[in-house]
Amino acid sequence: MAFIDFSKREIQCKIVYYGPGRGGKTTNLLYIHKAMTENVRGKMVSIDTKGDRTLFFDFLPLSLGSIHNMSIKIQLYTVPGQVMYNASRKLVLKGVDGVVFVADSLRVRRANNLESLANLEENLRGENLDMTRIPLVLQYNKRDLADGEIPLMTVEELDEDLNSQLHVPSFPGSAIKGTGVFETLREISKITVKQVHEKLLKR
Amino acid sequence: MDLVLSKRDIEEMYKCISENLVREGADCVLLIDRAANLIVNCGNPMTLDVVSLAALSAANFGATAEIARIIGEEEFSLLFHKGRHENIHFTSVGENYILITLFGKDVSLGLIRLKVEKTIKKLQEILQRVES
Repeated sequence: MAFIDFSKREIQCKIVYYGPGRGGKTTNLLYIHKAMTENVRGKMVSIDTKGDRTLFFDFLPLSLGSIHNMSIKIQLYTVPGQVMYNASRKLVLKGVDGVVFVADSLRVRRANNLESLANLEENLRGENLDMTRIPLVLQYNKRDLADGEIPLMTVEELDEDLNSQLHVPSFPGSAIKGTGVFETLREISKITVKQVHEKLLKR
Repeated sequence: MDLVLSKRDIEEMYKCISENLVREGADCVLLIDRAANLIVNCGNPMTLDVVSLAALSAANFGATAEIARIIGEEEFSLLFHKGRHENIHFTSVGENYILITLFGKDVSLGLIRLKVEKTIKKLQEILQRVES
């Protein structure tokens, strides 16, 4: 649920990083947090993290300049990817305005990507949202492993698997090295703010 | 559901919270939505990271609602955490909003609950008007 405050001339939107467990959602946020200056980003909050799994969510607020004299505040969230934490995922999706789906390029994780995307569709439906209409960007993470010995899916295969029906923007990425992280963020911010703007300011 | 608030709406809610709660001794009061957007921020939150507080409070409220469902309740409409110096009181405002009240040890919980109830009635009127 986007929120527009005319007294502060501010638009607040919520973007959620979704995807299978250990796919790199938190790593995306950590990279953004590290790379942005303090006047642009707020404090990153991670809760309930034991080991390297997110059990509830990570949260990072950003200020992304202004359009039409309204300043844009974006709140980035991640969800826990593991299948069993669906209740937490539903909570974090509440009021979402845009989604980044972080897919794992490892070939062994192919089924996890498909399962997670189906789970996203189902949970969005629970919020009365349609996955084909909500701002959505795909990121094919872990492309830095392409030179190694671990078998990866090709970008074309990932596109075929995940994006053949959706036809949304997709970016190859390496969250740990920062490749594609800002391209993904820029695109999802752009389409989310555009949709919120169209929906709210023109009504 | 999206929310667009005019300057007048915000001022009206700010006045209501300020008169009912901050004047009665609450240190800081936040009105947020269930998605953790900060709508009104009243009192003395200078030293607080209110954005993180809003995100964690919405999550906390959501998580507690799940606990409620597990034990067969629809929702716990009120949450209260007691600290050594500072206490925090969460109440749902209709289905979509949460009122967070921070108050010190010198203010009684009973008084806060009474005033919160009054504040919520008024806030609901304003929010229903805005949503319609």
